[in-house]
Amino acid sequence: MPQHTLNYLDLLEAESIHIMREVAGQFERPCLLFSGGKDSITLVQLALKAFKPGKIPFPLVHIDTGHNFPEALEYRDRMAKEAGAKLIVRKVEDTIKARGLKEAGGKFPSRNALQSYTLLDTIEEFGFDACIGGARRDEEKARAKERIFSVRDEFGQWDPKKQRPELWNLYNGMIAKGENVRVFPISNWVELDVWNYIKREGIQLPSIYFTHEREVIIHNEYLVAMSEFVRVDEGDVIVKRNVRYRTVGDMTCTAAVASTAATIDDIIKEIQHTNISERGETRIDDQVSEAAMEDRKKNGYF
Amino acid sequence: MDLLRFITAGSVDDGKSTLIGRLLYDTDSIKVDQLETILKQSKNKSEGEIDLALFTDGLRAEREQGITIDVAYKYFATEKRKFIIADAPGHIQYTRNMVTGASNSDLIIILVDARLGVIEQTRRHSIIASLLQIPHVVVTINKMDMVNFSEEVYNTIVADYSKMADMLKIKDVTFIPISALNGDNIVNPSINTPWYKGETLLNLLETINITNDINYEESRFPVQFVIRPQSEDLHDYRGYAGKVLSGTYKKGDVVTILPDGIDSTIKAVEVHGIEVDEAFAPQSAVIRLTDDIDINRGDLIVKKSNILKVSQEIEATLCWMDTKPLVVGNKYLLQVQSKRVRCVIKEINYKLDVNTLVKHEQFDPVGLNDVVHVLIKTASPIAYDSYNTLRANGGAILIDETAHTTVAGCMLS
Ligand SMILES: Nc1nc2c(ncn2[C@@H]2O[C@H](COP(=O)(O)OP(=O)(O)O)[C@@H](O)[C@H]2O)c(=O)[nH]1
Ligand SMILES: [Mg+2]
Repeated sequence: MPQHTLNYLDLLEAESIHIMREVAGQFERPCLLFSGGKDSITLVQLALKAFKPGKIPFPLVHIDTGHNFPEALEYRDRMAKEAGAKLIVRKVEDTIKARGLKEAGGKFPSRNALQSYTLLDTIEEFGFDACIGGARRDEEKARAKERIFSVRDEFGQWDPKKQRPELWNLYNGMIAKGENVRVFPISNWVELDVWNYIKREGIQLPSIYFTHEREVIIHNEYLVAMSEFVRVDEGDVIVKRNVRYRTVGDMTCTAAVASTAATIDDIIKEIQHTNISERGETRIDDQVSEAAMEDRKKNGYF
Repeated sequence: MDLLRFITAGSVDDGKSTLIGRLLYDTDSIKVDQLETILKQSKNKSEGEIDLALFTDGLRAEREQGITIDVAYKYFATEKRKFIIADAPGHIQYTRNMVTGASNSDLIIILVDARLGVIEQTRRHSIIASLLQIPHVVVTINKMDMVNFSEEVYNTIVADYSKMADMLKIKDVTFIPISALNGDNIVNPSINTPWYKGETLLNLLETINITNDINYEESRFPVQFVIRPQSEDLHDYRGYAGKVLSGTYKKGDVVTILPDGIDSTIKAVEVHGIEVDEAFAPQSAVIRLTDDIDINRGDLIVKKSNILKVSQEIEATLCWMDTKPLVVGNKYLLQVQSKRVRCVIKEINYKLDVNTLVKHEQFDPVGLNDVVHVLIKTASPIAYDSYNTLRANGGAILIDETAHTTVAGCMLS
């Protein structure tokens, strides 16, 4: 009698692959939104496994804010090539020029808000009816309520009141022209699952996920990478620190974590023991509490 | 380490949010920054005390604003197991949300307020649990601190509930006396209930056997996608990608492709591009066949079965989820796994009172949250199972053809 047991990573993987295949089966022009972060790297791995020995039957799309870490871009190109997937890159810079958009100012000018213009234009340009994304429900309260197949209107908006019931493993991807479905295959994964999966699958990550020495500005206790995109003011404390990234987004709005973790195992150990959430620790735009900061200091971070 | 999905049910103020908060808090699943946000919001509490309910309540804010209350998913893990909680609202007007959360659950926790005992909501939630065939039911009798941890109160509620559970044919029921607020019998055994010899809630969640909930006898494999690389080295490769809903598949197995009824033999079973001896539920896999037959998304690959049905006339229990009423003669799309066909509602046999289980043959129009028994006629044959016999292949949804919304969840029979 063979043992019919699957561990949680197998179960999560099986569910995510089922979702990937539903996308390929239900939609005419799906795509996978690839940001270069660990969640979307995990998505690519899942897509590869879902369609083996065939190729991923949809393109990878990167909305390039122009504020990326160079390591993430290099990784993106290599990954797409290795996966044999088509890579589409559209630049926020171009949208800003073409549409005369106004950039956010400030010390760490974020292009987060502008990104959605480029995304909507890209969806329209290619007629994408589904975009696979790497959001997880454990990230924040609003996400905790979002469906796996999440319908967006012509303006890309999510209406929580109009969410479709989502029963069993039955996904309804029917839409009207102009609408679009965002699909989140790793909705049920938590941060640690992603790291454990990356470890189990032996997935290579961009080097910035591991400890490296970097010049950072210390801003409200956050460590923000020095780059041409941030504004340096008089009195700024700029130091060299051993850091790694817990999430990889734009250079201007993701903070680094003081860390000497050099391997996936080190990182998993750190995350198991951290008492700060992923968002709280890395998102400069979100407020981090005093208690959390106090605790970080207690742990000797600064 | 495996994964348990459960849902919490109970009426307003029974302590659902407090219980979830307690589980998350006592298992160290809440980070300091999240805790801090909650401390700030726990205004009415005295210094340093936290309102555990706030861990899950986006819901409370929603309720205050009077917008739709929805299922929120929460995650935590212990050394033994990982857990996904569907935190669903209990009001009758949110039945559809509860059904959504219940559809994927291995277990339901039904809270009963020790002071109130079994009430209408308890009955309704139990009826939903039984309709959706949630394999395990745990009845937590909460706020025991408010009845002096009385064994007598507990026993009366257990007796009342057991009577109802028998009537509903709910099989696996466990009772636990708890105080969500103080943590009695949640993670640690309570010193206040020396008469209670059972396990704590967390212990039960960690150890309850869920592998037996999967049927390994009946094999069902819906084809989601056909993999045809058409590359030089894989010129003739044709793999059927899908998910093993139940049972097992291995090389040499004789299978039937439904609804057409064509027989073939399995040439290979692959999981993620690697040939395996056997694929089993709930794995995602690829099946290759010895014969070159035309198989598409929506087809079902099965092994010999005595219980599977192929029919164009299907009886079903529907949970209606749309604000537009269900009317006999209306046409919809019926989705059973990867298969979608047009269908018409031929008859509505009765409406089920989800508070009493009474079947009403005379009823008002079928509206949001109503549960009805219907006869559906499909445009082409469907291969399906009775939900009560094989849950994995007996659930379906109805989709509005023009609005594209999901209007009903169906338990086929
Ligand atoms: N005394 C006592 N109060 C409780 C207990 N569990 C919850 N409560 C209180 O009951 C009220 C409602 O709890 P809440 O978790 O919001 O209920 P929900 O509406 O089911 O989510 C809150 O004031 C809680 O503090 C308990 O075990 N004992
Ligand atoms: Mg609540």
